[in-house]
Amino acid sequence: MENNTKYEFENRRYVLGGAVILLIIIFIIRLFILQVVDNDYKAWADSNAFLKKTLYPSRGMMYDRNGKLLVYNQPAYDVMLIMREIQPFDTLDFCEVLGITKEQFLKRIADIKNRRLNPGYSSYVPQVFMNQLSAQEYGVLQEKLYKFPGFYIQNRTIRQYEYPNAALVLGNIGEVNRKDIENDSYYTQGDYSGRTGIEQSYEKYLRGVKGVEILLRDAHGRIKGRYEEGRHDIQPESGKNLKLSLDMELQAYGEKLMQNKLGGIVMIEPETGEVLCMVSAPTYDPSILIGRQRGKNYVALQKDPLKPLFNRPLMAQYPPGSTFKPTQGLIFLQEGVITPETQYTCAHGYTFRGGKPACHGHPSPLNLVGALATSCNSFFPWGLHDMIDSRKRYPTVQEAFEVWKNHMVSMGYGYKLGIDLPGEKRGFIPNSKFYDKVYRGRWNSSTVISIAIGQGEILATPLQICNLAATVANRGYYVTPHVVKEIQDTPLDTLYSQRHYTSVDTHYYNYIAEGMRGAVTGTAYGGTCRGAALPDIEVCGKTGTSENPHGKDHSIFMGFAPYQKPKVAIAVFVENAGFGATYAVPIGKLMLEKYLKREISEANKPTEEYIMNAVILPNNAL
Amino acid sequence: MRYRKTEIWRSVDWVTILLYLIMVIAGWFSICGASYEFDNVGLFDPSGRPGMQMIWIGSSLILIFVILMLESDFFDIFAYLIYAFVIVLLIATIFLAPNIKGSHSWLVLGPIRLQPAELAKFATALAVAKFMNSYGFKLTTAKNFSITLLLIFFPMVCILLQRETGSALVYLAFFLMLYREGMTGYILLTGVCAVVFFVTGMKYSEVMVGITPLGELIVSCLVLLITMGLVGSVRKDYISVKIIFGGIVSTFLIGYVVSLFVPVNFAWISIGLVGAASVYLFYLSVRNWVWHYALIALFALGSIGFLFSVDYVFNDILEPHQQIRIKVSLGLEDDPSGAGYNVNQSKIAIGSGGLLGKGFLNGTQTKLKYVPEQDTDFIFCTVGEEQGFLGASAVLIVFGLFILRLIVLAERQDNAFGRVYGYSVASIFFFHLAINVGMVTGLTPVIGIPLPFFSYGGSSLWGFTILLFIFLRLDASRKER
Repeated sequence: MENNTKYEFENRRYVLGGAVILLIIIFIIRLFILQVVDNDYKAWADSNAFLKKTLYPSRGMMYDRNGKLLVYNQPAYDVMLIMREIQPFDTLDFCEVLGITKEQFLKRIADIKNRRLNPGYSSYVPQVFMNQLSAQEYGVLQEKLYKFPGFYIQNRTIRQYEYPNAALVLGNIGEVNRKDIENDSYYTQGDYSGRTGIEQSYEKYLRGVKGVEILLRDAHGRIKGRYEEGRHDIQPESGKNLKLSLDMELQAYGEKLMQNKLGGIVMIEPETGEVLCMVSAPTYDPSILIGRQRGKNYVALQKDPLKPLFNRPLMAQYPPGSTFKPTQGLIFLQEGVITPETQYTCAHGYTFRGGKPACHGHPSPLNLVGALATSCNSFFPWGLHDMIDSRKRYPTVQEAFEVWKNHMVSMGYGYKLGIDLPGEKRGFIPNSKFYDKVYRGRWNSSTVISIAIGQGEILATPLQICNLAATVANRGYYVTPHVVKEIQDTPLDTLYSQRHYTSVDTHYYNYIAEGMRGAVTGTAYGGTCRGAALPDIEVCGKTGTSENPHGKDHSIFMGFAPYQKPKVAIAVFVENAGFGATYAVPIGKLMLEKYLKREISEANKPTEEYIMNAVILPNNAL
Repeated sequence: MRYRKTEIWRSVDWVTILLYLIMVIAGWFSICGASYEFDNVGLFDPSGRPGMQMIWIGSSLILIFVILMLESDFFDIFAYLIYAFVIVLLIATIFLAPNIKGSHSWLVLGPIRLQPAELAKFATALAVAKFMNSYGFKLTTAKNFSITLLLIFFPMVCILLQRETGSALVYLAFFLMLYREGMTGYILLTGVCAVVFFVTGMKYSEVMVGITPLGELIVSCLVLLITMGLVGSVRKDYISVKIIFGGIVSTFLIGYVVSLFVPVNFAWISIGLVGAASVYLFYLSVRNWVWHYALIALFALGSIGFLFSVDYVFNDILEPHQQIRIKVSLGLEDDPSGAGYNVNQSKIAIGSGGLLGKGFLNGTQTKLKYVPEQDTDFIFCTVGEEQGFLGASAVLIVFGLFILRLIVLAERQDNAFGRVYGYSVASIFFFHLAINVGMVTGLTPVIGIPLPFFSYGGSSLWGFTILLFIFLRLDASRKER
């Protein structure tokens, strides 16, 4: 029995030996799962140990068409702090350097530590204490920084503007929001991107390509050096510089003429579609939207009842008024409704509808050129009547109107032109379905007659009107307007070089040009745009008055110059300024002279002074 | 003196010495990897840890020489004296040691820091071996058994008082030795079952399959299996095993069919089966007038009772930080930056090593100090990260061979003193390996004990070296007795 139990206990060595082997096998299986099967740990290890520090590229700069520098970058300095490294220091001295009070200092520290306001807070990681110090503040702080352990200065760049003009065209940059980050993996929290203007539409070129520097980081977030001497680092690629089509001198001059007024000026080089200036009034100095004051100033601009952030040349949709008449003449000619010789009568108005719309006194009957020159309100209604009410040409009024609408669309109305700026509006050109709905299918030219003179339902942006001027200047085609002339090392979108011919034959445009020339020089029937005449430039123009149900009518001028081989097309809108001839025409004249002659002749100086001093703001107008 | 000194070099077990040297050298390289800095001082610079470890290794070799030169009777004769001395040292440490990271286990003597707990292991092993070798010793007698336990638990309590819970738990390893020496397997089985049931019960306590709580189902099924195993192995009563097994299978089948129509809580079925089996075993016990059936039935019922008291034990007996440690280690609580940080980082470090590892000194996780205690308790991370799956497995295999070799040596002793001491040594290494690697790979709760021969530290290397080489010295002279 004794031996038997002893033997039995000896066998227990196998139990213990088996336990050892079992343990080793369990551990090896565990290691196999951790090290070979599961790949997650590798990635976690990398994100643990590698601090991928982003190297920010410098943003592309902008020049005007004459090579003047407009927008560039300037170093700015953020004050960072690492909470864990802070040691007792002279708070008062520190506050004095940064120009803040002790209360502000304490509040900022509390905000940083508040995880609700600052979800990514860690006492090991640099936090922004104050951003965008000026160079002077930086200089003072830099000298004393040794006294404030835990505080650091991080370099970054901010936008700087050489001129206080063209704010809405140039646009501005701001911190990306969550949606931007979701939509474009390029961005991470804290990045800046273009929010408006060219900064937004050319963001992909301006931003460049971020680089990365891979640093080794220990468990406390301390940097222990570069990973493999920076072999895996990627250098940042600077953003592309842009050469704009804007003429900054012209732009500045336009803004000056438009000061204390609401409205806009667009000027286009007809042959290329390049936008020479795009004035929106009121405007603001782009440099107020950089630096620490950005948020405050932006809110102030947003709240301003005059809407300085509203880019009127692109976004404002007005009835184009008489500037619409050239399009009507073109359609009637193309459709054979009239010939250049066709004459309609005018008896202080459109007699077919009992003198509505009314017209001013001028010789009657008159042909197309005369009608344009004197801006007859009867000729074009007659044309529209002959086009859509006669069943000889088109079986129904709807089909006739669709033909009309398609011509309008081909001339760039009713849809966005596709300018390289964000926020463009499409205007409005009704189609037959629209009127079918409004008038339950029973309508004719009389019902909709005001569209023939650019009123009624018609809406157009100043840009579309200027584009019409450019099309007439080109005698039948336009190039999509654009504000960027060249992108460094990159070809421009072909959209901005190809000619768009309209659905109207080019030779008909000659009559329109002739009519617009006549409006300036005066004809046998008169001329409504004589105020635009310049001594040695053959200006062609068309006035317009846009009916405004909310107040005084808007004053419009559309034109181009010179008559032969035009170099520039223009549209001017002055809100609440009454007849086109009063304000829009002299502004247009001055702008044309400024661009073509580079200076204002003595004869026009009084006009210039008068315009600049004029105040036409809603309070005065009403 | 009959014994010739030169003979020791022939009779000592060179296989064990070779495995020892492999591990010590591999350990030194791991410490190099773990403490390597990018702006590094030389590896042999005594101010760095690799340099210091080199000194510890050198001094260990001297210790080995001294131990092997001693008469083997020395240990038998002085066993109690050494034990008494160490106990005094341990008690003194409780009062004299300064607070280092919350524990009072280091005696500071000028520049030298000594951890008496590391030395207490071999002293305890010697004393227990001597006692169990005494004339007429029988483990089965209550007196002998309780004195043996006293010898083991006394240093354990001292170390607990020093707040070195990990080192204290190591003394549980002696139960493996006691099992070999004839302690009833029920104690070991009960202990292991208690741990397994606790861990499984906690881990799956919140998991429900249908209306069945998974934790209770698994544990009660385990209880049924163990019950059958015991009936089979202890009573060789295979008929009863078949009856119980048949009952279980048919009941579960009926439960399954019923569950197709109404939801069934299988845990209750399983627990009911345990109850039924227990009743059956009590019946057998009474009918055949055999104790064992009743004992097995009590074990089964006790297990179920234990399962239901787990929640109570966990919530009312353990302290909050212990609860968290256990929960994190069981994967119940996911808190990578808090208590789970260490385990998580150590798993990342090991996992990032892949199949072949990143190469010597190329690990990033351990060097950049993501892993805490990366050259002491968590040294295995460096092995895993730099040497990969193959290297880490090789280390485990060497360790396994080492322990198995110790068991072989222990078995060939011609007296109880050598055998008991040998099994104590093997058990202690086994326990260290199981807990340390288990902790580093996230299998067991975080209990801070070193990996023998790998973890940095003079006290621990000396302690393990003395522990091992006393045994080799005993083994070398086994023939002279």
